[in-house]
Amino acid sequence: MGHQFCNIILTFSFAMLLVAFALAFIRIVKGPTARDRIVALDLVASITMGFILVYSVVINNAIYFDIVIVISLISFIGTVATSTYLKQK
Amino acid sequence: MNSVILQLATPYVRSLLIFFAFVALLRGHNNPGGGFIGGLLAALAIVFSSFAFDRRPVQRKLKIKPGGYVAMGLVFLLLSFSPSLLKSQMLMEGVWVTIPMGILGELNVGSPLLFDIGVFMAVIGVTLMFFFTLTNRK
Repeated sequence: MGHQFCNIILTFSFAMLLVAFALAFIRIVKGPTARDRIVALDLVASITMGFILVYSVVINNAIYFDIVIVISLISFIGTVATSTYLKQK
Repeated sequence: MNSVILQLATPYVRSLLIFFAFVALLRGHNNPGGGFIGGLLAALAIVFSSFAFDRRPVQRKLKIKPGGYVAMGLVFLLLSFSPSLLKSQMLMEGVWVTIPMGILGELNVGSPLLFDIGVFMAVIGVTLMFFFTLTNRK
């Protein structure tokens, strides 16, 4: 019973993350201004971190947590760099 | 760019990045991480502070110029050849030494660590060279 419940929760969270990814992708394609696209790209990085965390729960291995730490540090820098470029233009 | 939030957050984010760079460097080779990833993270720490403040003071404050980092990295790469040659093994074959550390157990060090430190330095130098060249406006 408990194992099955856990499986349902993990599948549900994967599906929700996929929906969030699709919505962010629509914003990247449509986005009226470049600012919307930058924020959407930042959101995509966060959703990717969520995917990696849920996957590391699925395979029961904590080795992927470090990747999440590094992505969280680096996606922030990417956002800052793109906004610096936009401000200079 | 003059953002107060960014300038106040810079020291913390920079020290975190350098800490994880060394974690990745020391754990590398058999586990996730290694010299290349560590070098990229350490270079991003300097890139980040030059986003928050101006580029020129950061570039001036660097004790070692990017070319110097590349040179030090190549020296370390050459040094990593020597243990295998001294033991008359194949070139670049790993030589491992176990150092007893008392209460802490024992430390397993080898010539791959020297190689990784070389890659670390060279990647820092090349990334900074790219960055300072690309952001240089006449």
